[in-house]
Amino acid sequence: MARTTTSPPPIALPKISWSTRFDKLQRRLAPFVFISPFFILFAVFGLFPIVFSMYLSLQEWNPIQGLGTMRYVGLENYTWLMGDPWFWRSITNTLWIAFASGIPQHLVAIPLAFALSRGIQSFRHPLTAAYFLPYITSAVAIALVFQTIFGTQFGILNQTLQYLATAPWSAWLFGGLADSLPVNWLGRAPNIKPAISLLVWWQFFGFNVVLYAAGLATIPKDYYEAAQIDGASGRQSFFHITLPLLRPMIFFAVTFTIIGNLQLFDQPFILTDGTGGTSQAGMTVAMYLYRTGFEWLEMGTAAAISWLLFLLIGTLTVIHFYFFGRSGLETRD
Amino acid sequence: MKKILALALAASLLAGAALAQTTLTLGLFEPLNEHVELVLPQFYELHPDVTVEIRTLGFGDHHDLLVTNLATGSGAADVVAIEIGYIARFVAEGGLRDLSEAPFMADQFADDFVDYAWAQGRTADGRQIAMPTDIAPGTLYYRRDHLEASGWTIDQVIESMDSFLDYGRELLGHGVFLVADAGSIAEGLIRSNIPVGDGIYFAADGTPQLNSERFLEAARIAQIVRQEGMDAQIGAWSSEWYEAFRQGTTAVEISGAWLGGHLQTWMAPETSGLWGAANTPGEMLVSWGGSFYGIPTQTAEAKLDAAWDLVLFLTTNPEIQLEAFRTINAFPAMPVTYDDPMFEEELEFLAGQQARMLWADIANRIPGVATFPGDMIAEEIFGSAMGEILNEGRDVQAALDEAQMLVERRIRR
Repeated sequence: MARTTTSPPPIALPKISWSTRFDKLQRRLAPFVFISPFFILFAVFGLFPIVFSMYLSLQEWNPIQGLGTMRYVGLENYTWLMGDPWFWRSITNTLWIAFASGIPQHLVAIPLAFALSRGIQSFRHPLTAAYFLPYITSAVAIALVFQTIFGTQFGILNQTLQYLATAPWSAWLFGGLADSLPVNWLGRAPNIKPAISLLVWWQFFGFNVVLYAAGLATIPKDYYEAAQIDGASGRQSFFHITLPLLRPMIFFAVTFTIIGNLQLFDQPFILTDGTGGTSQAGMTVAMYLYRTGFEWLEMGTAAAISWLLFLLIGTLTVIHFYFFGRSGLETRD
Repeated sequence: MKKILALALAASLLAGAALAQTTLTLGLFEPLNEHVELVLPQFYELHPDVTVEIRTLGFGDHHDLLVTNLATGSGAADVVAIEIGYIARFVAEGGLRDLSEAPFMADQFADDFVDYAWAQGRTADGRQIAMPTDIAPGTLYYRRDHLEASGWTIDQVIESMDSFLDYGRELLGHGVFLVADAGSIAEGLIRSNIPVGDGIYFAADGTPQLNSERFLEAARIAQIVRQEGMDAQIGAWSSEWYEAFRQGTTAVEISGAWLGGHLQTWMAPETSGLWGAANTPGEMLVSWGGSFYGIPTQTAEAKLDAAWDLVLFLTTNPEIQLEAFRTINAFPAMPVTYDDPMFEEELEFLAGQQARMLWADIANRIPGVATFPGDMIAEEIFGSAMGEILNEGRDVQAALDEAQMLVERRIRR
């Protein structure tokens, strides 16, 4: 019997109805649709401004005259800024305030968190809450209150110093101040940066206390007990157990401080009535950027400042990572 | 059934009527809204087909929003109020309609306003971008009690800048500061004696003037006041400033006539009767504030007629201007109002002085000053230089030379 080989009859594909197809398509697309709000929002409010500001930094543009008046100027905005005395002043100010308010934040926060977690257990939560309160208070409200505190003639700070300088019990210590009182905190250039730094320090050290308190909670009690048995003092425990084991948290907190402090805006803006103060002594880069763009209407230059600020923050963060990142991020065993 | 039909008919008629209505938005800063809300019924009587929706914000927010709205090309109110401090920006940069052109033809009203206010709303190339509504003739507020204690008369004090400084020296012996801030004297001086055609900071051809004799002289006088301890070193609009007024630690304040209203209502109401007003020392004749109304370019063509009606109602109607003077102490920009009996009123806060006549006289004599695109930045740079001179003891010539250089850099394009 001759076997004829015939190709197997084509498998009759089941007829797919449109509704099934739609169903399949829908299943395939659903995840994308569900995740799309994030991407759409990110594209509109995140990606577009970034790309646009880069484009803008190469243009000369006065926003009031409309989009049509943009004019390509290449790198002129950047070169102009490189020779701009106010830009360099704002960079110096920003770094000054960042260090003067940033470093003390950590120097106070770490021992304080340690004390809170070890010593004064019963007051721990109310105290932590009290330290944290400034952080969640509006920066504008705080700055307005400090503006009153720093007042020359009637401010409570000068009144207190005045009292301390003249009262019999404290005159030996503060008497030397009497000649320079009342201090014009916000009017005189040399005083503005310390005044701003004090405010920023006060507002943010509580945040670091909370970070460090959380970091301390992860350090096993056994270490301290073992150290105690070996006869270590509280001081030794702090320097030889707490500090080394807290390093990852310190690294994290300092990174936060660098990024935050270099973008300071609200506090100096309110304290100096939006001007930057005498000789622009309190004008930070973020303030200069705002004023260039929205007061003097040079959007292109403002965009260029924002990119230079980004570069500055990036550089400092990279330096920080390079020097402290390895030890900061390594896992403890 | 008939009833329902009738109702439906009535409803559709109402809808039709509503369609014919033009709805205008009006962007104001405080306290202009208090005045406008009060006079709007009169506007509706004249223009029943227009509905006005008022949007009010604080002083700074209103202007910030306006800049943003003009920049993005949408969102601005159909008619906007603008304060003098911001008008230069719009004069220079655009964003507001030229009211000299059809359909507005604003130039016919030029003679209705004091000259300088009209000039402030005008660009160098002759476009009128805003109509003045209120002005602020610069005046000298002084404490009568300190004046009496010193044995001086006010005419002696304001005779010249030198006599003014001598009065300050006299006050030092009484433990009273002459002014709150020496810088305010310099601000007044740079705004007076400006050559015709020039701006405050720029000559007619656009070159910055920050190290010209006018600026050097102003800075030197302010420096004398500071060095001899005649000022309290208090900036305007600070809580310390208000406190100084309440306690009488300063003897005079050079300011707009509007300061009296603020003192009376909230800064230092308890000092009523202790104050007087006078001409500025050496007759500086400066303007110290003022407001305008303008129509943004983005306002729809269909609304222009109604918008212009509203602007005219708010700016060219003497009755309405006087009403604003009554409710919010906004000094009218129309000289025709100065004959109103209101101006002869004796002001209780100023110990019965007829100060409004004095201010009207000053307003009529203030010369016009040209507005330049770089005014805002130049003002900032000059203020900064003054800060260095007064607070850091910097040399006047060096500080102003640097200011001149900075302004030249800024106006590079």
